[in-house]
Amino acid sequence: MTKFSAIFAVVISLFLPVVAAADDMRMAVTTSFHNSGLADVLLPEIKKDLGLDVHLLVVGTGQALRLGRAGDVDAILVHSRKAEEEFVEKGFGTHRREIMYNDFVVIGPSADPAGVGGAKSAAAAFQKIAAAKTAFASRGDDSGTHRKERSLWNAAGLDDAGLDTGWYRASGSGMGATLNMASALNAYVFADRASWLNFGNKGELALLFAGDPVLFNQYAYIQVSPTRHPHVKKEQAAKLEEWLAGERAQQLIGGSEIAGETLFTPNAQPR
Amino acid sequence: MDSLLAGLWAAIELVVTLDPDLVEITLRSLQVTVTAVVIAAFIGLPLGAWLTLTRFRLRRVTVAVLNALMGLPPVVVGLVLYVLLSRAGPFGVLDLLFTPTAMVIAQIVIVTPIVASLCHQATRELWFLYHDLLISMNTTKWQRIRTLLWDGRRALLTAVLTGFGRAIGEVGAIMIVGGNIDHVTRVLTTAIALEVGKGDFALALGLGLVLIALAVLINLAIHSLSRTEKEGTW
Repeated sequence: MTKFSAIFAVVISLFLPVVAAADDMRMAVTTSFHNSGLADVLLPEIKKDLGLDVHLLVVGTGQALRLGRAGDVDAILVHSRKAEEEFVEKGFGTHRREIMYNDFVVIGPSADPAGVGGAKSAAAAFQKIAAAKTAFASRGDDSGTHRKERSLWNAAGLDDAGLDTGWYRASGSGMGATLNMASALNAYVFADRASWLNFGNKGELALLFAGDPVLFNQYAYIQVSPTRHPHVKKEQAAKLEEWLAGERAQQLIGGSEIAGETLFTPNAQPR
Repeated sequence: MDSLLAGLWAAIELVVTLDPDLVEITLRSLQVTVTAVVIAAFIGLPLGAWLTLTRFRLRRVTVAVLNALMGLPPVVVGLVLYVLLSRAGPFGVLDLLFTPTAMVIAQIVIVTPIVASLCHQATRELWFLYHDLLISMNTTKWQRIRTLLWDGRRALLTAVLTGFGRAIGEVGAIMIVGGNIDHVTRVLTTAIALEVGKGDFALALGLGLVLIALAVLINLAIHSLSRTEKEGTW
């Protein structure tokens, strides 16, 4: 029996207590925000300035809103204005606070078989891809990026649900996974600039189209309503909002860049 | 091929420099899985032996269901637990969602049927041999269970290690109920998924190699501690 007690002792010693930090909160953020690497810059500063451990749940905008609705997180940082306004209107969040923006871009094979590079608008670029029937990798996960992409197909006069699956591939996963898929298929893909800049597996892909004003991508912070969910950490969430909209965070956001390109432009309004 | 070599290199670098993040997530992987497997063994082993010894009307159905549950899809386990543990769900007040405890619960659900089912199969053969002896000695059911578990310990160790192998490499369920939060619920498998998402295949492969090495080490350690591969004892 002794050898088994020895194993047992080893096993029990691994059973260390699982403790959470004293002051913490949970925030659901989009994959595009996290994959950009900005979180790695901001989180240590938040810890330093506020003594607050922010636990990030990295999901799509659709799921982030759902987590907020269920009260499983204390705040969300997402980018889908219509859905955010509806979220606040229905009383799930207190209010919307704009923090920063970047823009969406069209990525594709550097040879650009569909000729997207010369398009006049984002809608025209999408029309060219559909006309050439070249492979296109879509998020297909109801995220902010996916919603934007759908609206662009519609603006191009196409029904996003009726696109030919022979070339239109919905990955149903995050920004990184979809970029991986595009890289493997050498396909066109619609992404936010920050995720693209920070992506490590670019392969033959290149940035082909950007600059249309409709590609503006605003990120907003929303506290989950304490009236609907009394257990949420409202003081911490309010503190974090002020910090993110404050001078220091805004400077950090504006200053973070990859390969000489700015990831996000801060635009929070002081109150 | 290049990325495989880069992965190997990344793994060596991570291990040699004892990367603090790697140490942290490796320990958390072990902590979650070992806790889950120990608890699953305490439930599954007696349950498997009990099923061997007890005759009741739905026994065959129970055994068949238990066998089928060995292939329980982790994503479904995760989703069901998520719904139960969410603030909007029945157990929301416990505030367990996105904690290591939730991950342990998910793995217990996944591992217990494996341990119980394999234990049932092992003890059934043993019971065939011990049946007359144990009954003629007028033993209680608890004594019989203990005898079967002790004398079948070698096969049962394999059962538990099978459960360990399933749990340590599992990602679907713990990703959903744990949320892959840095420094809180990030473990080796969810970190691999994250690095794949960032397109950093070298680091993902490196972490994968560390995970495989860990599983091999644990198995070797347990076998040498329990001396299964030495002659004489068993």
